[in-house]
This record gives sequence, C-alpha cells and structure tokens, in this order.
Amino acid sequence: MGGHSNWPEWIYVGAVVAIMCWVGAEAWEAERLVEHVPEGAEIIKVTGQQWFWTFEHEDGTKEIGELHVEKGKAYKFEIHSTDVNHSFNIHDYVVLMDAIPGRVNTVWFAPDAVGEHDIQCREYCGLIHYNMRGTLIVEEPHS
Amino acid sequence: MVLELQKPRPIWQIMFSTHHTDVGLLYLIMSLGFLFLGGALALAIRAELFLPGAQIIGDAMTFNRIFTVHGTTLIFLFIIPFASAVGNYFVPIMVRYKDMAYPKLNAIAFWMIPPAGALIWLGFADFTWYATPPYSIISAPGPAADMWIFGLKILGVSSVLGAINFVVTILKCKHPDMSIGQVPLLAWSFLSSSLIILVAIPTFAAALLMLLTDRLGVTGFFNPAMGGDPIAYAHLFWFTFHPEVYVLVIPAIGMMYEIIPRFSRKPIYSFNSGIFAFVLLSIVGFSSWAHHMYATGMSFTEKTVFMVGTLAAVPASAMHVYNFIATMWNGRIKFSTPMMWAVGGIALFFSAGAGGVANAAMPLDFTTHDTYWVVGHFHLFVMGTIAFGSIGFLYYMYPYVTGRMYNEAMGKIHFILSFIGTILVFFTQHVLGLYGMPRRIFDYPPIPEWIAMNQIASVGAMVIGVSMVIFLVNMIHSAGKGEPANPEDPFGVGGKYYYPFEAKNPSH
Ligand code: HEM
Ligand SMILES: [Cu+2]
Ligand SMILES: [Cu+2]
Repeated sequence: MGGHSNWPEWIYVGAVVAIMCWVGAEAWEAERLVEHVPEGAEIIKVTGQQWFWTFEHEDGTKEIGELHVEKGKAYKFEIHSTDVNHSFNIHDYVVLMDAIPGRVNTVWFAPDAVGEHDIQCREYCGLIHYNMRGTLIVEEPHS
Repeated sequence: MVLELQKPRPIWQIMFSTHHTDVGLLYLIMSLGFLFLGGALALAIRAELFLPGAQIIGDAMTFNRIFTVHGTTLIFLFIIPFASAVGNYFVPIMVRYKDMAYPKLNAIAFWMIPPAGALIWLGFADFTWYATPPYSIISAPGPAADMWIFGLKILGVSSVLGAINFVVTILKCKHPDMSIGQVPLLAWSFLSSSLIILVAIPTFAAALLMLLTDRLGVTGFFNPAMGGDPIAYAHLFWFTFHPEVYVLVIPAIGMMYEIIPRFSRKPIYSFNSGIFAFVLLSIVGFSSWAHHMYATGMSFTEKTVFMVGTLAAVPASAMHVYNFIATMWNGRIKFSTPMMWAVGGIALFFSAGAGGVANAAMPLDFTTHDTYWVVGHFHLFVMGTIAFGSIGFLYYMYPYVTGRMYNEAMGKIHFILSFIGTILVFFTQHVLGLYGMPRRIFDYPPIPEWIAMNQIASVGAMVIGVSMVIFLVNMIHSAGKGEPANPEDPFGVGGKYYYPFEAKNPSH
C-alpha cells in the first residue's frame, strides 16, 4: 500500500485483458466458421448405447462399430443416445459431441484423406466405457 | 503466537472441545488422513495405467469406483477441511477475537465430516465426482450411489455452517479498532470463499435431493425416460462447482499471501489489489459455469457467453500472480521449506491458468474436453497450486502448533520430489489429452505414444508417493523429537517484524 507507483501493474493487467480479448475474438471467429454446416451434407444418424456405436446412413444402411464414409464429402452427424450420456468422438477430425438421451445433437465433418481413424466415447458411461470404441474408414469416392 | 498443543492433554479433551485451535487441530489431522487415503487410490490408478491391459486392478468396475472415491476424497475430505483447519487456527487470531463466532456450531460442522467420509468410503460409488444422470439414476449400483449422495449432502451442510461461522467471525467479531481494510489477506480469503459457498452450495444441495428422488423413481427431473432432462443437472452441478473451484483455490492463495512476504522480508506489494482480486474472482466466478458443457449441444450464442464469462475471470487470477512476484522482487528471500512450496505453487498456478484459457476457447475445447488434458489442467490447480500452498502452510504453522521444528532437509526433499513428480504426471497428461486419450478409462489401446506418456505419468506419481512418505515421517517424528522452535522467529528471517500477528489470543 502506498509508496510505490502502480503503473506497471496497470500495464500488466491491461496486457492480460488484451490477450483475453484476442483469444476470445479468435475463438469466436473460428467456432463460427466451424459450426457452419455446408449445403448438402449427408446425414448420418449416430446412436450411442452401453457400450457401442450404431450408424445409419441416409440410404438406410446400418453399421455397428465401423463407419464407412467417402473422401471429400461432407457429413452431418445426428447424435443421440438410448440409455445414458456418451460422447461421440473422432479425435483426428476434432469431432466431439455428447450423445444424450432425449436429445439430438449435431456436428459435421468432411474427411479429406483416405484412411482409418479411431472412434471413441469420451463421456463416462459405466462399466465398458473404456472400450466403447469403433473405427472410421474413409474410402475413395464411389461415384 | 503459539497455537498450543504444547501441554499434552488426553485426546478426548481435544475431541470434545469447541475451542478454535482444538477444532482446527481435528480438521488438520482428519484432512491429512484423507490426503494419504486419497493419494493411495491415485497410486493404484497410475499403477494400473502404466501398461495397457488389466494388471493391478482386476476389473473396470473397481477401477471406476477408485477414481470416483479418489476425486471425492481429495476435494471434499482433504482440500476443504484442510482450509477449514487453517481458517480455524488463524482467522480468530487475525481478527483479534477469542474464538470463532459460534464455537459449538464450529464443532458440529467438523463432526459432520467423519460420518460423511465414512458413507463415501463404505459405499465406494462408481459414477465419477459429478454423478451425471441418467447414469447415476438408472445405471449406477446402489447402495454405493445413495451413500455417496447422502455423504455429499452432509458435507454440503457442513460447508455452509462453516461458511456462516467465518463470515460472522470476520465481519461481526473483528476487533473494533480494526477496519475491514486492515483484516489480513488470509482472513480475506476465507471471507471471499465463504461468501461463494453461501451462494453456490444450495443449488447443488437441491440437485442432490432431486437426484435421490429420481433414483427412488418418484420423480424424473433428470431422467429422460420420465420426461426429464440430464442437461438440467449439468447446469445445476456446474453452477455450484465452477464457483466451488474458487472456494478451493482462494484459501490456498491466502496462505501464499502469508508465506511470500514473510520469507521475502518485505511487506506485500499491494494489499488492496489482493483484496480486489479476491472479491472480483468471487463475483465473476459465477459467470462461467457452462464452460464445462460446450459439447452438450449448446447454441453458439450460449457458448460465446460462457467463454466470455470464463475469460473475464482470468485477469483477477493474474493479479495475484503479479502481486506475488512484485512482493518477491528485490526482497531478501529466504528459501525455507514453506517458501519453496509457495513459489512452486505459484509457478504451477500460472501454467494451470494458461491451460485453462485454452479450454475456455470454444474450438480448442473440442480437442481437450473429457480427455486427459482436463485431468492435467485441474490437477495443476488442485495438486500443483492448492496442495502445494496447503503443504507449504502446514510447514509454516508447524512450529507454532507443535512448538518444535520439522526437519528442514526432509522438507526440502519433499518439495523437490513433489515438484518434479507433479510436472511429470500432469504435464504429460496434457500431452495425452492432445493425443486424444479419454479420461476415466480403465484400459487403453496399445498406441505407442499413449504408453510412453502413461509410463512417464506413472513414474511421476510414484515419485510423489515417495515424497509423501518422507513428509509423513518428518511430521510424526519431529512432533516428538524435533528441535524446540524459537517462538519469536522460528524460521530465522530476522525478528518479530515479519510475524505481524503476534496479537495475543485474548482467551489465553
Ligand atoms: C485461469 C483460470 C481458469 C480457467 C480459464 C479455467 C477453465 C476451465 C475450463 C474451460 C474447463 C472445462 C474443460 C473441459 O471439461 O473441457 C475447466 C475444467 C476444470 N477446472 Fe478450470 N479454469 C480455471 C481455473 C481453475 C481453478 C482455479 C480450478 C481449481 C481448483 C479449476 C478446476 C477445474 C476443474 C476441477 C475442472 C474439471 C472438472 C471436471 O471435468 O472434472 N480451474 N477449467
Ligand atoms: Cu463412454
Ligand atoms: Cu469451471
């Protein structure tokens, strides 16, 4: 108290506030772009249940544990759960959305390379949560 | 300032006492007991995760129960009661009053904790420290789940009673010659955290009851099968528990405000900015709870609001760091054990906050949420900042409580090992999170990078474990055999000036 000047502290606080504003603005802009679902994205219905994932494509084909998609196409996941909360996650594509009973959450992605990626559950859902895993298989476009 | 215990008394005299230093001692011993119990569970978790596959812990259910009780124990039965111990010892002395405002209530608040702890430990629930529905309603095995709910309920009441006592002691019982602006920062930290408790806890208390009646099947607040919504629980839970993280951290910062100036042999750089940051944190802390819920399907606008609320709290935390560094600047610093813990704690506080800012930025959180990154993030607070501040403060008050000095070399080794261990465990957990390893998993696929990081983390945990054994030996051995402490200046920093709370406790 008293005796010393305060301006270094003000500059410091100002710098922290400025950094927070910058982080906030960048995050806002990035999230806005990420959330914009492209026109004509194909819908895949994702169902989480203890302890596996089921996928239903637009044409009605169903898959369990494995998900086949085509490179270069955009997909919109409609995610829900039939029992407890789960979280649908393809870490390599930063796809993450909770699967919650009584709700449908959406998230989209567009795979850009052929390959295989892990699908996992990231929300605690009980006994076999640790092994509620699957595989995303990105293939060449069929056309 | 001698916090008694020097004249030996039969244990039951302390147990049935309502005097603040006796209740403080009970809090102290109980919380340290739970530190070791909870820590043992952590070692079991890290041992299991050393390699993929099941080794130490036979099955996933046991593993899930262990991490649930680990988290519950260390938050509610170590961190909070430890802070109450320090508050009981120091707040009445700092405001120059003879005891807490309501001594009997004080003892009652303490004695509610052991039965709650027993419920939690005997039940050993598995639904994580946030008991998320509908899992906690339809899937979690009873009676463990119900015992956990009752345990937490009791702890909530105990917290509220304790908070009322601190608020009244500080505001109403302080010496008439003392203005609120002269109340030391440690006492201010208890005032702030107690006010947060009073506003925050009732919400969770209500949610717990709703959870219980949902489990009994008579209501369906959070059960979608009965038209309820689990997301409502998440809001109620985090409305309480985001502010609650400041309840945990603010007293630890208060403890550092005692230690840093003492061992820098300088007055605190800015008393007022310390108070300002406490008050600001207590208020702004209520504007950010749903940053835990970005992935629940909130709208873009909601997410933005809670991101801004979260970022708004950062400058207040940053002001504390500045205050500490400016106090140490040009000081004649003496790195005794308490100072080492405090300085280490501040460094980890800073790194934890930087990680928190990354979580708060919406798009980044989709990478980190519910991965080991988050585990690393909050452990840098709960272990790196809060446990470090608390343990440093324990060394600091040790001579006053026991009249003897602990062994300085062992205290320093304890710090160095813990500091290295903490970095090994929790920095690597951040990396694991970036690799995508989910938290709360009993087993993981044998991905080479994951194995390597898990092994580093497990080794770090063992290093901390070893340091804690040294700590235990030091505390017990020195209490009986340590060198008698010089009550005027136990740390040899040079005279009374540096211990401004000499004020005699009026009851002695
Ligand atoms: C600079 C200040 C802080 C910021 C910006 C911050 C930010 C965040 C964010 C955004 C999350 C959510 C991460 C996620 O689940 O995806 C989080 C989680 C968490 N934070 Fe912080 N935090 C800060 C300070 C603290 C403090 C002081 C504590 C204190 C003890 C703390 C404890 C926690 C805990 C316990 C969790 C995780 C809870 C759980 O999911 O189990 N944080 N933090
Ligand atoms: Cu899961
Ligand atoms: Cu939070």
